[in-house]
Amino acid sequence: MSVPEAIVHEHDVIVIGAGGAGLRAAIEASAGGAKVAVICKSLLGKAHTVMAEGGMAAAMGHVDDRDNWEVHFSDTMRGGGYLNNWVMAEHHAKEAPDRVRELEAWGAVFDRTKDGRILQRHFGGHRYQRLAHVGDRTGLEMIRTLQDHGVHQGLDVYMEMTVVALLTSGGRIAGVLGYDRERGRLRVWRAGAVILATGGIGKAYRITSNSWEYTGDGQALAYEAGAEIMDMEFIQFHPTGMVWPPSVRGLLVTEGVRGEGGALRNSEGRRFMWDDIPEAYKNQVALDEEEAWRYVCGDKSAQRPAELLTRDHVARCINREVKAGRGSPHGGVFLDIAWIKSRVPNGEEHIKKKLPSMYHQFMQLAGVDITKEAMEVGPTTHYCMGGVRVDGDTQMSSVPGLFAAGEVAAGLHGANRLGGNSLSDLVVFGKRAGEHAARWAKEHGAAPVDSAQVEAETARALAPFDRPNGENPYAIQSDLQDVMQRLVGMVRTKSELEEALGHLDSLRARAAKCGVSGHREYHPGWHTAIDLRNLLHVSEMITKSALLRPESRGGHFREDFPAKSEECTGFNLVARRADDGSMDIDRRQRAPIRPDLQAIIERMK
Amino acid sequence: MSSHSHPVTDATATRPVEFKIWRGDAKGGAFEQYTAQVTGGMVVLDCIHQVQAEQAPDLACRWNCKAGKCGSCSAEINGKPSLMCMTRMDTLPADQPVTVEPLRAFPSIRDLVTDVSWNYEVKKKIVPFKPREPDRPDGTWTVFQEDVERVQEFRKCIECFLCQDVCHVLRDHHKHDEFIGPRFLVYTAALEMHPLDTADRIADLKERDGIGYCNIGKCCTKVCPESITITDNAIIPLKERVVDEFYDPITRLLRIFRPK
Ligand SMILES: Cc1cc2nc3c(=O)[nH]c(=O)nc-3n(C[C@H](O)[C@H](O)[C@H](O)COP(=O)(O)OP(=O)(O)OC[C@H]3O[C@@H](n4cnc5c(N)ncnc54)[C@H](O)[C@@H]3O)c2cc1C
Ligand code: SF4
Ligand code: SF4
Ligand code: FES
Repeated sequence: MSVPEAIVHEHDVIVIGAGGAGLRAAIEASAGGAKVAVICKSLLGKAHTVMAEGGMAAAMGHVDDRDNWEVHFSDTMRGGGYLNNWVMAEHHAKEAPDRVRELEAWGAVFDRTKDGRILQRHFGGHRYQRLAHVGDRTGLEMIRTLQDHGVHQGLDVYMEMTVVALLTSGGRIAGVLGYDRERGRLRVWRAGAVILATGGIGKAYRITSNSWEYTGDGQALAYEAGAEIMDMEFIQFHPTGMVWPPSVRGLLVTEGVRGEGGALRNSEGRRFMWDDIPEAYKNQVALDEEEAWRYVCGDKSAQRPAELLTRDHVARCINREVKAGRGSPHGGVFLDIAWIKSRVPNGEEHIKKKLPSMYHQFMQLAGVDITKEAMEVGPTTHYCMGGVRVDGDTQMSSVPGLFAAGEVAAGLHGANRLGGNSLSDLVVFGKRAGEHAARWAKEHGAAPVDSAQVEAETARALAPFDRPNGENPYAIQSDLQDVMQRLVGMVRTKSELEEALGHLDSLRARAAKCGVSGHREYHPGWHTAIDLRNLLHVSEMITKSALLRPESRGGHFREDFPAKSEECTGFNLVARRADDGSMDIDRRQRAPIRPDLQAIIERMK
Repeated sequence: MSSHSHPVTDATATRPVEFKIWRGDAKGGAFEQYTAQVTGGMVVLDCIHQVQAEQAPDLACRWNCKAGKCGSCSAEINGKPSLMCMTRMDTLPADQPVTVEPLRAFPSIRDLVTDVSWNYEVKKKIVPFKPREPDRPDGTWTVFQEDVERVQEFRKCIECFLCQDVCHVLRDHHKHDEFIGPRFLVYTAALEMHPLDTADRIADLKERDGIGYCNIGKCCTKVCPESITITDNAIIPLKERVVDEFYDPITRLLRIFRPK
């Protein structure tokens, strides 16, 4: 291969991403005998997973022995509006407990029950206490455990390197092309199989709980390589982000606050979540605040507080209160945990113990003491249910040799993800992807890398330097975020979505002419120029898919079609690049659910 | 660093603030002056981003979570090792420029970014976690909350390396080859005091990791953004174990018969 500038690495399996999914996949592929490389944009241990707070869902039944995989399965399907890939939902519910225990065996230290087992907490949409956790820093525990275990498994880790293209050969995967941040040099990694574990798309929006890494790279890379991308209309707006001060707007306030008894109130002091309870959950909500509090305390005969309904619903109720003029001073509503001091002895200490990083976050960033005052919260872009369409057993995409796991993959969560189901998703499907990618690489070997493709992609990546006087990429990114926030946010309508498509066209034209100057070393402006390509792809997928689903379900709400439609239960939307380079979205009929799984759902209704 | 800040009341009023930001690389550099427009509630990282977006698109810095959870945005602010995302502008003196420079205990890469790879190498050498046989047939253990509390404190570490930066053994004496620094003493303590762990790291601590270099001055504890009591809870107990193991024949003998 004659590639003038690129440095070339050879491996069996490349994992893109070092969050929970990527690390778990790498560990498994390595255990399967593959030579594995992990590539990540940040330093090891800094991926988004580190920010996860509330916990990891697994039906271990330590706190409530009525729990089992069947209940978890049906909760996940109900939460997902029955658009989930039921094969994945079944694997997830069955395998999550083993993945939690495995983390413990690798050194993770979870909070404990009184009888010395892993403690589990309440979360929205989960029928029983199900989330294994460590205070409100569960993601840190997961990533550190995997990282510390992984570095002894012989992985090659390439930190602060960004993949800009997937290399294909005869329709299958052959490797990846990326740059290192330190020097700005292009590199080629050749491999038999590639696993995408790149996370989400939050940076397409102005208000988000996500970091700069979340520019939809994996979804866009896979799309450009010809893979199918599914369910992109389903974006989770987490109901509780910080709203004040402006510089922290969007920062997450964990659902764990509500799990510990936190009450959502409007400006009149009313717990407004009881004003609208969806049909599917009528039998699962407490009749009054008294019963709700008993539930928080673990009374098995009590039903949950209305605050612990699914995220899509809670977010819309908050929106409703704000629009009706019953919001808080800075355009949110109140989340009050301090009130529980009237119910628990030593309440202040109890709150600090259960929610230490929330205490810290509000104290330091907003000057608010959550043991004394209510927080102000409002919806924030949080999670992307859609992503690369994969086989439910192997996690392989429609491009042979290309796998995906974690947030970048679609299927498990359907139209809406339950809190805590992501961390378990990462390890359940990270492991599966690692295992199958290693096997696939062994069976199929490496493919030749096409040097013309490497050259073309290299030129494309470096093009912004040819336009030193081009527009500043930051300005374009910022305008894109405004368009998505304003027109493709939580509440959507046909005319606005169409307007957004128009804006996306002009943003794409501007992006093609943006430029940077200076040298390639550690150049955030250049990196932003490259991220823009990905953000534009995913924004178009979200907008077009949203137009083609004339109903409201989960993370997709259409003001012009506010109800669920029976017809729309039958399909998922799949985006794919057409031969002429344009984006095709088609309705894919869903495979009928296996009768025994349908029976479980019926039984749990 | 549990600096209690006041509630933000006004975020509309803007005031200009002078910044001196270190620009350069391994070959050298200098402070350059910028002005940021600051509103209520802003943190230092917001100002750096503003400068990046509007004045210096090639200004290099690290960050991820913007919430004090990932430990990426470490820098020296007005000479003090701090997280840029957790340092509110209104906690800094208003009448003087804010200086922002990279961690000084590690080699410079560019601007605010330093080469922290040494830390990853050090960690790799520490004997990994090795659990005892499971207590239960399903492969799990019985462990009580009071047994894990100490270790959970250590496991709050976000690997920001601010403690490494402030430690004079590394910063001034450059003993990177002989001393693992406070972060990895905390890490070793988390393993040694893990209720399930069976490996022994005491000889390494004394001979390879240089625990003797630490004079318990507590500078590390003072900068830890996670408020880990690095010296009192991690280093001192480890030092005691080293003493027990190496200098006290009776404890040493007992140790052979008693599992830890
Ligand atoms: C604040 C917050 C709190 C949360 N709390 C919870 C919770 O309590 N429970 C729960 O279940 N879920 C929670 N979530 C969701 C969950 O944390 C994420 O969905 C999950 O961690 C994603 O993991 P991942 O492994 O898919 O990706 P990540 O952990 O995001 O890792 C992505 C990796 O891919 C790398 N990468 C991306 N693009 C490229 C590229 N082009 N080249 C090279 N590398 C690349 C990144 O550098 C990174 O290493 C939370 C999310 C947030 C933001
Ligand atoms: S107490 Fe020890 S480890 Fe901490 S800064 Fe001082 S010498 Fe370094
Ligand atoms: S011990 Fe504290 S200061 Fe040191 S790296 Fe960990 S979090 Fe940072
Ligand atoms: S950006 Fe994560 S700690 Fe500051």
